Amino acid sequence: MNTSSTKRMVLFCRKSPYGNALAREALEIALATAVFEQDLAIIFSGDGVWQLQPQQNSAEIHVKSQQKLLAAFAMYDLNEIYVEQEALELRNINHQELSIAATLIDRQKAAELCNSADIILNF
Amino acid sequence: MQLSLLILGSPYSSQSVATALRFANAAINSGHQLYRIFFYHDAVNCANALITPPQDEQNIPEQWQQLAKEHNVDLVICIASALKRGIINDTEAKRYDKQASNLAENFEISGLGQLVDATIHSDRLITFGP
Repeated sequence: MNTSSTKRMVLFCRKSPYGNALAREALEIALATAVFEQDLAIIFSGDGVWQLQPQQNSAEIHVKSQQKLLAAFAMYDLNEIYVEQEALELRNINHQELSIAATLIDRQKAAELCNSADIILNF
Repeated sequence: MQLSLLILGSPYSSQSVATALRFANAAINSGHQLYRIFFYHDAVNCANALITPPQDEQNIPEQWQQLAKEHNVDLVICIASALKRGIINDTEAKRYDKQASNLAENFEISGLGQLVDATIHSDRLITFGP
């Protein structure tokens, strides 16, 4: 058990943006963990991979841009970002055309990341 | 083990909140400690003092309060989520010039820092919902 004040955390982002508040709220938690200097890995899987679509324009629906929020993550040293290969393939999304740099992983690797984490946050 | 729960669902709309309650009680009965229950997204509605369920249905806010009173469990709702959904205490009501407040007893309003604190002090964090 890790009893230190820095935990290894994995945040699963499985919700598509704009259709509900959870996608954004998950990222707010990511920022909070960064502010408290935790060691966070973010995995986009399932419908969460839609969050990485480029050219998002949310002004017309009067909500903040998920893309802009994600683009700011580098500033908070939130650089360990993964995207699930199976989820991209199922949705016919090209890994080369994502809005941010995300390491392509398969489900096996995602499971390994979970196994070595102290805390898993599930959105 | 020391556990914390992250709850996302709305009581009465999602089964997940009732499940979380049963899990919380089972955890305590099994000898685990609950460090904090963090209510985020729609789950902040659990802290609405105005909730009035039918007599023949479980009273979810009351059950959370019972957990807090009997086992000293820390119940925290996220301020950003709460303000958006109209769950406010006297301080926030005054700050935003609202006619009334509705935060139920035993619940506290705070920020995401309390969630991160919970992960730091817990062996496991379990997410329920939405």
